[in-house]
Amino acid sequence: MIWRALFGRLCISVVTLFVVSVLIFIGTNLLPGDVAQILLGQMATPDSLAALQAKLGMDQAAHVRYFMWLRDVATGDLGFSKAGLGAGNATPIVQIIEPRIFNTLQLTSMVAVIAIPVALFLGLLAAMHPGTRLDRTITFSTLNLISVPDFLVATFLVLVFAVYLGWLPSIAYLRGDETGWGLIRALAMPTLTLMIIVSAQIIRMTRATVLNVMSSPYVEMAILKGVPRRRIILRHALLNAIGPIVNVIALNLAWLVGGVVIVEQIFAYPGLAKLMIDAVLVRDLPLVQACAMIFCASYVVLIFIADMASILSNPRLRYPK
Amino acid sequence: MSILLEVDDLKISARKDDDSLLPIVKGVSFKVARGEVVALIGESGSGKTTIALSALGYTKPGLEFDGGEVRLEGEDVITMRSDHLRSLRGQRVAYLAQSAAATFNPALTIGEQVTESSVLHGILSKEQAHERAKVLYQALELPDPERLGRRYPHQVSGGQLQRLMAAMALCGKPDLLVLDEPTTALDVTTQIEVLKSFKSVIKQEGSSAIYVTHDLSVVAQIADHIVVLYAGEVQEYGTAEQIVSHPTHDYTRRLMHAVRPPPAAGQGDKTSSEHKRQAPALEVRNITAGYGRKRDGTTMVTVLRSVNVSIERGQSIGVIGESGCGKSTLARVVAGLLPPTEGEVLLDGQELNPALAQRSRNELQKVQFVFQMADTALNPKQRIDRILGRPLEFYLGLKGKEKRQRVGELLEMVELPPEFAGRYPEELSGGQKQRVNLARALAASPEVLLCDEVISALDSIVGANVIDLLRRLRQQTGVSFVFISHDLSTVASFADEIVVLYAGRVVEKGSTDRVLSPPYHPYTRLLISSVPELRVGWLEEAMQTQEAQAGIDRLVTLTEIGCPFFDRCPLAIKDTCDQEAPPIRDLGEGHLISCHRPESEFLH
Repeated sequence: MIWRALFGRLCISVVTLFVVSVLIFIGTNLLPGDVAQILLGQMATPDSLAALQAKLGMDQAAHVRYFMWLRDVATGDLGFSKAGLGAGNATPIVQIIEPRIFNTLQLTSMVAVIAIPVALFLGLLAAMHPGTRLDRTITFSTLNLISVPDFLVATFLVLVFAVYLGWLPSIAYLRGDETGWGLIRALAMPTLTLMIIVSAQIIRMTRATVLNVMSSPYVEMAILKGVPRRRIILRHALLNAIGPIVNVIALNLAWLVGGVVIVEQIFAYPGLAKLMIDAVLVRDLPLVQACAMIFCASYVVLIFIADMASILSNPRLRYPK
Repeated sequence: MSILLEVDDLKISARKDDDSLLPIVKGVSFKVARGEVVALIGESGSGKTTIALSALGYTKPGLEFDGGEVRLEGEDVITMRSDHLRSLRGQRVAYLAQSAAATFNPALTIGEQVTESSVLHGILSKEQAHERAKVLYQALELPDPERLGRRYPHQVSGGQLQRLMAAMALCGKPDLLVLDEPTTALDVTTQIEVLKSFKSVIKQEGSSAIYVTHDLSVVAQIADHIVVLYAGEVQEYGTAEQIVSHPTHDYTRRLMHAVRPPPAAGQGDKTSSEHKRQAPALEVRNITAGYGRKRDGTTMVTVLRSVNVSIERGQSIGVIGESGCGKSTLARVVAGLLPPTEGEVLLDGQELNPALAQRSRNELQKVQFVFQMADTALNPKQRIDRILGRPLEFYLGLKGKEKRQRVGELLEMVELPPEFAGRYPEELSGGQKQRVNLARALAASPEVLLCDEVISALDSIVGANVIDLLRRLRQQTGVSFVFISHDLSTVASFADEIVVLYAGRVVEKGSTDRVLSPPYHPYTRLLISSVPELRVGWLEEAMQTQEAQAGIDRLVTLTEIGCPFFDRCPLAIKDTCDQEAPPIRDLGEGHLISCHRPESEFLH
């Protein structure tokens, strides 16, 4: 039963990735103008355009190009970035993307490592003392933070920490040789911005699910058995609240990988999202496709992990009758 | 006998939104001696659970202690410090809740939950606690004590879970048990077994108990003293014998009156013929149905097998059996919620479309469903006039003044005042909500009403009133009723005919009189003899019968060959009953019994 569930989810994940790859391919082909035109610019004559298009393999039928691309992606070959190709020095996309992925993962994991425990703790704290001043403060401030757009939070932080206090640099541009303290200083502000946004959701979800479980008869039973409050929350309630909480965490992490465009833009952080925006601007379609596939894959993988976690935390699914 | 618990002028109030206090318990006093069982009895809203919980120094959220004392061995638990209170709970006083299914944490093993309290309080080590749990499993006659602790709550049956809760409560050897309606949600056959284990285990362990219930017959089996409560006040307080045999207070007498007499011949509506016609109003022919439809048209789990039932117009038919016997499945098939794999449903001689989605509006109108839980069946965001108005619009095309007038008539029919039209369901009591639920079904002017356990969740007095109402509605409107219940007494008081289902097969059917008088099918007899009687000492007698020896409480197993009742039947013939499908014996006047034994050998 559990293996079947696992296999089923796995199949769905693969199908999702496939469907998304088709959509991405169609979407990028719908963009007006192509890279050959951009490269040639004002020098474009019909002849030179056709020659460059042939060289780039753009004269093939769409479905042929799709399957060629799919085959390459499946073997780990993301192709060549089309920008710079005309000039003769083609860069493999893998080479462009690799440092960006590293940067994005560095930022994401830093946010995750700090934000998830803090958010879970605050959510549980609010759920343990519902209706108190502490709870109201937490709920009220998270509600506010969810409502404020991320660029405003980022700008505000820059204003305070970079402009007034002058403690931190206002941009987080990495040269690649930062280590230790320098790296932490550079990452501090984007991390803080993302943490605020991500943890607000996790806090609210944790509080709501745990509170919901806390009003169940089995928690009342635990109270009447004389079980201490801390154990009730950590053992009786949390175990039953894992499913929804893990899901909201997974969604937030996936959002971090792909959706941090604005934050990366504001802090000039060289992450994956910023790379994709730049690629769109120069119509570097293979690069756009590669980025999109990575974002989608990270969503699919994280949601898959979350699903597995909620299945494994439920004995009804682990041990069917 | 020394006094263990003394409740002295206890007052508990609810804090309302405007911060004023609403008294719920208004000065209640009683005592529990060591080794004694005291029953708190009353209908819902009488404050019985609230009072019982005070023995643990606990009030439900929104309630607070407002005066008086609850002394456990002389020490007041109301004013006790919270860490003392915590060490008292589960150790000196233990609680058993009504629904074990909801009270067990689905994510933890049974063993952990049973032993948790005594391990946490440091009474027993983990190993000792698990040993003690095994002893208790054995004493409570639970299967496979060695491995039971490692299983999860969803892996055992409801009756077993109820007994496991007793093990959970007893594990820490408490002085006082608080039992809150522990058998109300169970089948009669399960109830009798659970009651028996509770009683013997309480005796063995020498514990005292507070037993909360609304069922006088159950109390008569287990209590030494009875406290009768109404609206948070004690109405009568005395020994069980005295209250059951010589009640002095009016309210106690009303409670006794609402206890349905044990099912026997001579009740029921006889064959009511006011609305009789040529063709039966509803006919269920050869229905086989189940869940998990496979490609070849059969089902993974087949619940109903070759079921035949027919109802005359204006009559009521009772469908009875334990949980899992297919009662609700039958109703779902008739309503079109579950298309059968074989057989057909006829209404006024016309075949109904098997699937709900394909039924015409006219067909939908004629068959209406009344669900068990009015709480969940009525939309809490809609006012009563809207709930009743919707079917009037949809089926009858009524609008404006006509519709309003009809809503008024419907409310009058179910004996509710017309101003209820403007109220929301949450402003109504449980009985009133069930009446609205009925009115909603009647609004469509149906020909057949499917009532699935409609009074099972109601108190005895309220339930008895709803039955009276149903009887009147049947006479007035000529609607045919399919009345589904696990409670034989309820069915006996209302139905013209009874169909006894076991494991999805009809084992006996006929007029109420014939079914409830000998000769019985062995299963019918088991059901009848399991209904508690309102007298002290009934439980002990019942446990001596032939049926009890054969095994009263067993899981109903769905078998494909032979008679499914084989493993519980005192009359089973080896190599016959488990191999061959039993023949249907016609005892005349439509009384059918499906059994291998000839008529002369049936139990009397």
